[in-house]
Amino acid sequence: MTAPTTRPKLAVYKFASCDGCQLSLLDAEDELLAVAGAVHIANFVEASREVVAGPYDVTLVEGSITTPHDAERIKEVRAESKFLVTIGACATSGGIQALRNWRDVSEMASLVYAHPEYIDTLATSTPIADHVTVDFELRGCPINKKELVELVAAFLAGRKPNISSDSVCVECKRRGTPCVMVAHGVPCLGPVTHAGCGAICPAFDRGCYGCFGPMPGANTESLAAWWRSLGVDDRGLVDAFRGFNAWADTFRAASDRHEAAITVRGAGA
Amino acid sequence: MTGENGTRRIDVDYLARVEGEGSMKVLVVDGVVQDVEFGIFEPPRFFEAFMRGRMFTEAPDITARICGICPVAYQMSSVHAMEDACDTTVDGQLRALRRLLYCGEWIESHALHVYMLHAPDFLGYESAIHMAADHRDIVERGLALKKAGNRIVTVLGGREIHPINVRVGGFYRAPTKPELMALVDELEWARDAAVATVEWVAALPMPWIELDFEFVSLSHPDEYPFNEGRIVSNRGLDIAVAEFNDVFEEEHVARSNALHSRIKERGAYHVGPLARYSLNFEKLRPAARGAALTAGLGSTCFNPFQSIVVRAVEIVHACEEALAVIEAYERPPAPYVTVVPRGAEGHGASEAPRGMLYHRYRIDDKGRIRDAQIVPPTSQNQLTIESDLRAVLDAHLDLPDDELGWKLEQTIRNYDPCISCATHFLDLRIERRRS
Repeated sequence: MTAPTTRPKLAVYKFASCDGCQLSLLDAEDELLAVAGAVHIANFVEASREVVAGPYDVTLVEGSITTPHDAERIKEVRAESKFLVTIGACATSGGIQALRNWRDVSEMASLVYAHPEYIDTLATSTPIADHVTVDFELRGCPINKKELVELVAAFLAGRKPNISSDSVCVECKRRGTPCVMVAHGVPCLGPVTHAGCGAICPAFDRGCYGCFGPMPGANTESLAAWWRSLGVDDRGLVDAFRGFNAWADTFRAASDRHEAAITVRGAGA
Repeated sequence: MTGENGTRRIDVDYLARVEGEGSMKVLVVDGVVQDVEFGIFEPPRFFEAFMRGRMFTEAPDITARICGICPVAYQMSSVHAMEDACDTTVDGQLRALRRLLYCGEWIESHALHVYMLHAPDFLGYESAIHMAADHRDIVERGLALKKAGNRIVTVLGGREIHPINVRVGGFYRAPTKPELMALVDELEWARDAAVATVEWVAALPMPWIELDFEFVSLSHPDEYPFNEGRIVSNRGLDIAVAEFNDVFEEEHVARSNALHSRIKERGAYHVGPLARYSLNFEKLRPAARGAALTAGLGSTCFNPFQSIVVRAVEIVHACEEALAVIEAYERPPAPYVTVVPRGAEGHGASEAPRGMLYHRYRIDDKGRIRDAQIVPPTSQNQLTIESDLRAVLDAHLDLPDDELGWKLEQTIRNYDPCISCATHFLDLRIERRRS
């Protein structure tokens, strides 16, 4: 282990998050030691006391930017990273904590903390790409560990990672799961949600709740019409789009649209 | 290092092998420990605030995102609190399935901590990956054990991290008997591997210190606690979960983004494996009790460094418990009971791998959350971690700074602190001064 290494150096950084996405690397029980052989895990604080200085060949970034300090720290991480990959919904869209973006953050702090003045926080939770250039985004809340292993393998081989940008619907079809919305009338975000999880929820008789965020070109208006026909009102639609990827453009616009509709109807009533 | 004016300071940036961001400062003057601060700088995410106005049915999915290491704990405490508010009891096989899911989380979380995060301290390795260069078989056993726990969570919950199958009232889909039976071979292997783990960790070079803890955990008349019970301690505490706020208080101090918990007018207390074990030893499954006694543990344990042994004992217990649940399993007629919201307050506490996790919610008759309170195990342990650091410092002040620094990190890791729940950026500083 002491000999000089020419293996690519990998770093893992965390911002505001639950640690679940970086844990996915340790959860790749069958691949972890092989990955550690192929890349030099140079900076992964959750797993090792050893921190080897950058620059790094590939950096995985988990979490969103919520504090002035982190808004500066991400620039330093970018400067020492050749290839920067954001992992998970917090890093790619701001995460569940982006619900603050619709609220008064000082009021929220005073709800949770006796001394909100001790808390140094930004008014918003924003994705990494709002602050620095990102080379690749891996979606999910949490990410799928198979996609993470594929990403590292593709990086080592110098090829594009084989990661689908279909909808969850396509994964249901592949899995052979009957459509929960058509067959059982269960509201499902599958038609507008980015693939990657393997369509787990419908296989458990539950509608997709959008962990992987919006797929490219998602038609949220068409889906909302479906949901209405199943008895979901605008308030329910706001909740559905304001989940773990609430600040992703497509979901944000959809939730704002339905919120405006509540306001209009409320004024008319 | 020793400074010109006799000030001795050790800076260790980023305490590793914990989940989340925190800091520690130690001040030593004339060889006497003056001040110890264990701070948490994980950026606040305001869960309790943004849950207001959300539906009560969303609590298990939302609160799971507080912690990627122990999402099941958040799901369990939240569903119990909501069912308490709605005066609904979930029993029978659905209750058993919840225990099974929790067994999976205990096995994967404990195996992660024992092998990947804590054992390297005892053997002087920077990480499990470094340890694997000399002890590959051991690390592979740890990973396989962790995988066995994760398989339970995946089969029953849909995926390892943030499982999707838990709902207020039960599950979205109940597994079939054959689906669970398919886990049995791996769990039987895991139980034997867990017994071997107890032997292995009990033989590690063990720092010796015994501390006068007030242990707090759930206690159930028939079972080693997971989901239910009264809150008890070794100093006579015995209360219903709903009385939590009568006895415990949370304090917000400047050095921390986590609230510190204390027992009113008494102070620090200790939650987690040592507390559960010492308060519930008789309820452990015989194989787990046997492994503990063979390893030289008594029916209580006051050495925080031996938490690694107790975690391994709890893995044995969780494997046995999981096998028992699977053996007795019959698929219930419905995967959940319908829970009708009403304007009320509800309380839930369950035993996360790191200790008791308390949730309280007030909801309205439409099921909208009006108020939420979440007290994670790591914030309950903060004061105790600080007093342990003092004790370990007092006992080891003669050590050189780098060894002392590592020993203090190990002391913090005894608690498997989840700073995402309550850390990541542990800036460990020891300052030694002469007056």
